Amino acid sequence: MTGPRAAPQASWIIPGLAVLAIAVAAAALTVGAFPVTLEGFIRAVKNLWSGDLPQTSEERVLFGIRGPRILAGLIVGAALAGAGVVYQGLFRNPLVSPDVLGVSAGAGLGAVIGIFLSLPVFAIQMLAFGGGLATVGLVYLIAVAVRGRDPTLVLVLGGVVVGALAGAAISLLKILADPYDQLPAITFWLLGSLASVRGGDLWNVMPAVLIGLVPLVLLRWQINVLSLGDEEAKSLGVESGRLRVIVIAAATLMTASVVAISGVIGWVGLVIPHIARMLVGPNFERLLPAAMLMGASYLVLVDTLARSLGRVEVPIGILTAVVGAPFFLWLLWRGRHGWS
Amino acid sequence: MTRIDRRSFVAGASMMLLARPAHAARTVTDSAGRTVTLPDRIDHVFAAGGPASVVVYAVRPETMVGWPRALRAEERPFIAPAQRDLPEIGLLTGRGDTANVETVLKMKPDLIVDYGSVRQTFATLADSVQQRTGIPYVLIDGRFEASSSSFRLLGNIFGVPERGEALATYSDDLFKNLDTTLKGIPEEQRPRVYLARGPDGLETGLKGSINTEIIERAGGRNVADAQDQRRGIANVSPEQILAWNPDVIVTWDRNFHDKLAKGGDPLWQGVKAVKDGRVYLAPTAPFGWIDRPPSINRLIGLRWLANLFHGARFPFDIRQDTRAFYKLFYHVDVTDSDLDTLIAWADGKPPSRPARR
Repeated sequence: MTGPRAAPQASWIIPGLAVLAIAVAAAALTVGAFPVTLEGFIRAVKNLWSGDLPQTSEERVLFGIRGPRILAGLIVGAALAGAGVVYQGLFRNPLVSPDVLGVSAGAGLGAVIGIFLSLPVFAIQMLAFGGGLATVGLVYLIAVAVRGRDPTLVLVLGGVVVGALAGAAISLLKILADPYDQLPAITFWLLGSLASVRGGDLWNVMPAVLIGLVPLVLLRWQINVLSLGDEEAKSLGVESGRLRVIVIAAATLMTASVVAISGVIGWVGLVIPHIARMLVGPNFERLLPAAMLMGASYLVLVDTLARSLGRVEVPIGILTAVVGAPFFLWLLWRGRHGWS
Repeated sequence: MTRIDRRSFVAGASMMLLARPAHAARTVTDSAGRTVTLPDRIDHVFAAGGPASVVVYAVRPETMVGWPRALRAEERPFIAPAQRDLPEIGLLTGRGDTANVETVLKMKPDLIVDYGSVRQTFATLADSVQQRTGIPYVLIDGRFEASSSSFRLLGNIFGVPERGEALATYSDDLFKNLDTTLKGIPEEQRPRVYLARGPDGLETGLKGSINTEIIERAGGRNVADAQDQRRGIANVSPEQILAWNPDVIVTWDRNFHDKLAKGGDPLWQGVKAVKDGRVYLAPTAPFGWIDRPPSINRLIGLRWLANLFHGARFPFDIRQDTRAFYKLFYHVDVTDSDLDTLIAWADGKPPSRPARR
């Protein structure tokens, strides 16, 4: 890790990160509040192999609770880190995270409305998803309406403004909420947690994440060019305006869909892209898979901490901040690596 | 415990001093040990929050100037007609102030009552509001154990000592009865209970929190014991619930109860309480039976839960006991059909979803 220029040669890094993610996930499967013996584990896997539905508590824990939760950690971490890479490249700014355009604030508002109206969990998730997409859509419309200015600047400022509005609306609903049942639920949701993830949630989230990922993979070369700046992009024949819409839409779709099941988890999309950039350099084609794999491992790791530190869950959003903030300060202090 | 005993002693002592007809301005010592000067007549009372509104309504309903939030359709039949349409006035202290001091002044109350924690934070808040508004502000201990002394204290503050005494007698009898019977039930025979909150049931009150003290009081054991100093509301993972494997699950969230009842969630089906059919839904009209708010509304839930936990050892005639409680505390003669609604509710069949706000 002597600098971004030295790193891109090592072709084993991405396969290595993939192996690491699998190893972390496998290790996480053995940790938890419910004791699962080795024999129980083997029996459970055999039963799963023969296609039997979960019977024992051990099987329920492994395949109904821990398994989906770890998978969710992988997906959420990968999606947030991937979106972070995209946004940082797009805005050519290292301080940008997936929620710069207000997706988290909008998703938070959607979920809080759902909790406030005492809706069932699935409806709360859908409102969070819709809220995230709608907020970013609104920000984009503002950017389109304000012509003649630096489009990235208007986007970021629009995100700040709409995000602040959503935050104010959340505060209003918190005041109106029933302090004995809705308020704690709202607080927990806004802190982010994977505690309530079910197998079914994954099936709802995976398609949206994949749909978001496809254009990012197909357009990887153009996105690389985009990070050079609009002028350079134009001279290389890349039409930055339309590309920006597609890329924002894709990254927003990924973020909004995972935030809908996990709640607001900060810092992953900010810090992980930086570490990935230190490892593989700024080339988007390698940066995206590296960051997604690292984000996946990181979130599973932190979530395992969240569920095993005590009998009572520590919301994962708190842990990612506690780990992420000092690390980011260290990056700032170190401050030598290039980001683009 | 010694601090608390001293406080209830102070409360009791001040009650004896005040047990004479009130004519001139008088002073009272509230549960936080604050000395408050009261006006001759108390006609209008501002209840600072949910728990206070329940207790003020129970002791002296005609003084109420409003509810922290307007009553919902399902709650209205269980509140006396005169108080049914009182306006929404918000909360004054605690989590999420929605009533500001000017609103309070506009209502021109003779007294502000808060019921709940009497810790230093709330005592200083009370002092500050009292100073700014010039309206006397009393802080009453809202814990279960303090119920009787708090009723007596409030009866005296309001100038209706016999009313305070009647409510205190009810709670004294109930607690005494529980204590006597629970003495014969060893720890290991008490059911292990999980109190499920939140839309997915993964929120709970830790052992020792005001939200779950009803479990221990009714002779159960709260499985959510952080085994440290933590109290209050916490999030737990489904895996932890399977590991705890509670004998009984109690909730007031109908969405969650509905999901369990329909067997919709295979994860919960592995929990002993669900397999044994011991998942109980607490009614919440006009106030919650087990919490929400954590006030004296929990006394009826205490009878109900003790009976669910221990059966015939705590006889509970839901028809008769509910009617008596609602008559004494809520000033209503519950009609047969409303009573049926409550009984079906406590049996896991709540009335159809009311419109919210």
